[in-house]
Amino acid sequence: MSWALPLPVAVPLIAAALLVATGGLLPRRVLKAIAIGAAATATAFALVILAASERHDLLHWFGGWHPHHGIALGISFTVDPLGAGMVALSSGLVLLVLVYSWTFMRRQSQTYDVLILTFGAAMAGFALTGDIFNMFVWFELMGVSAYALAGFMVEELGPLQGAINFAVTNTVGAYLTLMGIALLYARTGALNLAQIGRTLEHRPADRLVIVAFALVVTGLMVRAAIVPFHFWLADAHAASPAPVCALLSGAMVELGIFFIARVYWTVFAAPLHVHEAGVRDVLVALGVATALVGAAMCLLQRHVKRLLAYSTISQAGIMLSGVALLDPRSLAGVANLVLAHGLLKGGLFLICGVLLVELHHIDELRLHGAGRRLPWIGVLWLAGTIGLVGVPPVGVFLAHQFLNADAREHGFAWLAAIGAVASGVCAGAMLRAGARIFLGWGSDEDELLTPEPDEDAPEHDVRGRLMGIVAGVAIVLGLAASLAPGLEARTELAAARFADTSAYRAVVLHGAAQGDAAAHLPHSLLSVDTAPALYGLAALAIAAATAAFGLWHRRLPGGLRRAGARVLWPPVTVMRDAHSGIVGDYLLWLSAGAVAVGAVWALTL
Amino acid sequence: MTLLAYGVAVWVFAIGIYGAIVSRNLIHLALCLTVTQSSTYILLLTVGYRHGAGAPIFEDVKLGTAAVDPVVQSLTLTDVVVSVTVIALILALALDVHRQSGSVDPDEISTLNG
Repeated sequence: MSWALPLPVAVPLIAAALLVATGGLLPRRVLKAIAIGAAATATAFALVILAASERHDLLHWFGGWHPHHGIALGISFTVDPLGAGMVALSSGLVLLVLVYSWTFMRRQSQTYDVLILTFGAAMAGFALTGDIFNMFVWFELMGVSAYALAGFMVEELGPLQGAINFAVTNTVGAYLTLMGIALLYARTGALNLAQIGRTLEHRPADRLVIVAFALVVTGLMVRAAIVPFHFWLADAHAASPAPVCALLSGAMVELGIFFIARVYWTVFAAPLHVHEAGVRDVLVALGVATALVGAAMCLLQRHVKRLLAYSTISQAGIMLSGVALLDPRSLAGVANLVLAHGLLKGGLFLICGVLLVELHHIDELRLHGAGRRLPWIGVLWLAGTIGLVGVPPVGVFLAHQFLNADAREHGFAWLAAIGAVASGVCAGAMLRAGARIFLGWGSDEDELLTPEPDEDAPEHDVRGRLMGIVAGVAIVLGLAASLAPGLEARTELAAARFADTSAYRAVVLHGAAQGDAAAHLPHSLLSVDTAPALYGLAALAIAAATAAFGLWHRRLPGGLRRAGARVLWPPVTVMRDAHSGIVGDYLLWLSAGAVAVGAVWALTL
Repeated sequence: MTLLAYGVAVWVFAIGIYGAIVSRNLIHLALCLTVTQSSTYILLLTVGYRHGAGAPIFEDVKLGTAAVDPVVQSLTLTDVVVSVTVIALILALALDVHRQSGSVDPDEISTLNG
């Protein structure tokens, strides 16, 4: 099986090269078919790898550089079910996006397909790699293709600004990570994750290791859009083509979270074991801040893609706080959240493309009532929104079950309430937008919302129906993610294996044989508990109240509105002004955040 | 001596970031990023440096001759290649910004905010 591991990376890369080489020679349909065929092949291999990895970890040593006597010099792909699941999700989204873009992207469609394939290959490599410098290379390749895709519409200023902010902040993040990698290499002389972990495991972490940890994690948090490193995300999403947003929000941000977990468990879990509480507190605080800031900003948007982008930030905060509990069970929750959120948010972004093509705008107020002639798209929008609330039994509910149970166990029971509020407020903003667009409720003016430049619709003949179907597939799969039989036991077992550092090292460095892990299924069943369902319903109530307030706040009595404005407006203005769109400001936030995180850990751990 | 090199790496990183934060010109901003990036070269090469050791070329030398660490040198090369792509892309975007707006000041091109 190990021969198949490079294929989800190699197939799209080779197809991309082929497209570049034959671009002028072959008809457009053939080129499209090559791109979609490559993405489908990569997805199929990713699923095969996922199925095989459920039995035991898979390894591929490039160039046959196997470890000798427990010393690894070569570069490996090391695959467990969570890594393989990330590859399956990202490759699957790439496939959906390429089908969706069949007619959506006509101009320079070949360059676009090449970039999407490269992006997909880099995401797959990032999720599969077992080598920390190799991770950096995939991180940068993923970044470069994403920056180019974000700035794809070069004849408008918005996409250029979004792409520059995205590229500059993420490049600085990559340098921070690289500094951390250099320090780790200085201490251990190793780049393989298992090897670094083996060298560090016997002594508690000293300052150097702690600083390296802070640098690596901060760089990854830039990619994962964690406050105060999150500013680039809204700008990049507001201006990117809708299918690109689906990939950025559905897979790339989550990969940042994924690698924070990966690097923690494989390298830092043992040396930082005595400092677990300090690591947990800082990461939980960052996660909670991200969830709340994302939700508050989400509420203030009328540009629909920007609204969804802030909801992604909010969800990334929930994911980070799940990883921050440093427990396999919450990790299983995060894995389920990544799956359900990736598909649902991907689908919602794809709907934005349908709105742009069919109704020629992407601004909630301008689209007021215009969506009445697209009832099915409206139903999909509602379904996607409900899936993200966490109501039983669909969408992200299973994830919230894991996260809530684990948060309670670690004395962070209030995290469940934060999760419910953040999910509820974001879903409320989406419901409000949906009610305005598809039902024509509320007014078509709202001074609370931030105006943004509208987007030009593609002028050629576009098949909105195909696009709607693809979006529908993503949303239905996302809703079903909580219902799939056996999924909860499987992710729980996968997360337990992900966190089993010593087994990982034995497999990588000594080729230790594992028994059939799948024989442990069902692993341990989540205790049936009513609390997550109650939190889900509370989130739904918050969502409904938020949406109603957004639509009809002008009908509130004047005195109440003035008093509310006096209290709420100053902090809202400060927060809104912080999202200035100017890259220098973002870098200042980034450096201040990096220094703060590094200083807190270096001084307290 | 080595301590000085680590200090230089941190200093170069910091002035690169400072330049990028206060930059009013996208071309200047891209160059500040290359300055920041140079600090990673300094750090990587310092990590692999051995006093009195030669270059890691193992032809016509006795077995066991001291050499500096070749791994960090190849990491640095990879870093150069990867980052050149990023800088080239940022410069290309800056060129397009100038074509659209006649300005390369990041403060002037801001249409997205809040």
